[in-house]
Amino acid sequence: MVLNGLTIKQATDGLKKKDFSCVELTQACLDQIEKTDKDINSFITVTKQPALALAEKLDKQGEFTSPLAGIPFAAKDIFCTAGVKTTVGSKILENYIPPFSATVIEKLDKQNSIMLGKTNMDEFACGSSTETSYFGSTKNPWDIQRVPGGSSGGSVAAVSADQCIYSLGTDTGGSIRQPASLCGVVGLKPTYGRVSRYGVVAMASSLDQVGPITKSVEDAAIVLGQISGLDKKDSTTVDASIPDYAAGLSKDIKGLKIGIPKEYFIKGMDPGVEDRVRVAISKLEELGAKIIEVSLPLSKYGLAVYYIIMPSELSTNLSRYDGIKYGFSAGLDNLLENYLETRAKGFGPEIRRRIMLGTYSLSSGYYNAYYLQAAKVRTLIKQEFQAVFSQVDCLVTPSSPTVAFKLGEKTADPLQMYLADIFTVPINIAGLPAISIPCGFSSAKDGSIELPVGLQIIGRQFDEQTILKAAYNYEQATQWYKFKPLI
Amino acid sequence: MALTEKEIKHIAHLARLGLNETEEKIFAKQLSSILDYIEQLKEVKTDDIYPTAQITGLENQFRPDVVQNCDKKIQIGLLETAPAVENNLIKANNVFE
Repeated sequence: MVLNGLTIKQATDGLKKKDFSCVELTQACLDQIEKTDKDINSFITVTKQPALALAEKLDKQGEFTSPLAGIPFAAKDIFCTAGVKTTVGSKILENYIPPFSATVIEKLDKQNSIMLGKTNMDEFACGSSTETSYFGSTKNPWDIQRVPGGSSGGSVAAVSADQCIYSLGTDTGGSIRQPASLCGVVGLKPTYGRVSRYGVVAMASSLDQVGPITKSVEDAAIVLGQISGLDKKDSTTVDASIPDYAAGLSKDIKGLKIGIPKEYFIKGMDPGVEDRVRVAISKLEELGAKIIEVSLPLSKYGLAVYYIIMPSELSTNLSRYDGIKYGFSAGLDNLLENYLETRAKGFGPEIRRRIMLGTYSLSSGYYNAYYLQAAKVRTLIKQEFQAVFSQVDCLVTPSSPTVAFKLGEKTADPLQMYLADIFTVPINIAGLPAISIPCGFSSAKDGSIELPVGLQIIGRQFDEQTILKAAYNYEQATQWYKFKPLI
Repeated sequence: MALTEKEIKHIAHLARLGLNETEEKIFAKQLSSILDYIEQLKEVKTDDIYPTAQITGLENQFRPDVVQNCDKKIQIGLLETAPAVENNLIKANNVFE
């Protein structure tokens, strides 16, 4: 049995039955990191000693009753972890050690889930390929010449390469779902406000959301159940009931109304991706779902809205990195020179590009034409989704227009890179939950290799249960999730 | 929409971002092309539409205005993350010339 290849469910069963110890499970993951991470570069920091110490303690106690007890996980390096470096993939926080933990990390600590380390990411979660990280690119475990997607590329590659049992990521415009699609794993972005953002380094506060990356839909349901809920420290969390997500999975989808928005099948997308998604839709129909073609004409403006709202919020949030309060400082005597130099040296080019864009959209004379117009179009996009959800229970689209692209292929042209998120961004704009699950393989552009394709299922606000149920039914009928990269 | 180098300099100053001349040229080109893409938003009619910032519709979330103690360990830890500290205070640059 390859212990590090197990799902949460399988690992918990094994720990309870004492088929293996928690130390063996944790060591198997650490061995896999040791063996593969020089090629993949998923991790910025590995917390080997504390992980093994906790595993040993849990073995002695011998109690694995809570759903994530003794399960090794990896956390994107955007979550504050008390006493453990939290870099956000940036030079400006290269040596930052927070004295406190994010609420989600505290919740997992209480469960005795075992943190293996902190994963690589695009700097401040700005990117779709993990290439903007100050700590070098993460590689796709299916082909190390290719990107894993981003920004949660390290968290996703770590799950795909069986370096951990599950991981946590964040999704502002697709940063969980797009890499999950490119690496053939499950990635869930919950409804905005479902999971606390306290202690998560802020990118764009009205869009950011925390979510799990897992090897199966059931695992995503298990983790979501444990990290959700109202948090006094995050006033945007919502006091909504949290269903037993995992228990609700096995119901069938007979009569479930699934909308297929025609605007999400565009010119320029990989024909192989479209084909796989169409086949998946037929499968859902075969399983009893009712397929209905719908229209979301305003979705085409999603990316334009995103590239105003996100940089505006980002530039505001990142003004705190001033070389005085915390993080890297150029250490100059003159105040203005210190600001300029600290931020010139501390931030990479993509961050500076977005700070410039955000500052411009918010600046006097341009605010109405850019930020305000984007916030109004956001209202219309939300209303359009609401109208469609009066006809259907969920929506199905591709997660990404292409399979994984080559390292360096899109770095020279920012706009080309931004288009990688065209199908995921509108969902954040509207605050909806969505999941990406594996739905087969398609050839790379040059025909050299078969790469994973992701299916995106989108739900109503706070109705994660329906998308998880649809995803689970599809997954169990197709078993794509059992395919693993050869590494 | 083409941004001039003068505009780029102005935005960089507002953002307190040091840019060298090469970067100013590259950013002028790249930001102009992104702004061209964003221009399409002008096609959308938004008269009488209210802007959205809070997407789930939550309104003011109040809590009692009570001072909470900060854990000593966290207090020390936070000070340790500052680039310069003097007498348990974060040291800033001179504001007045």
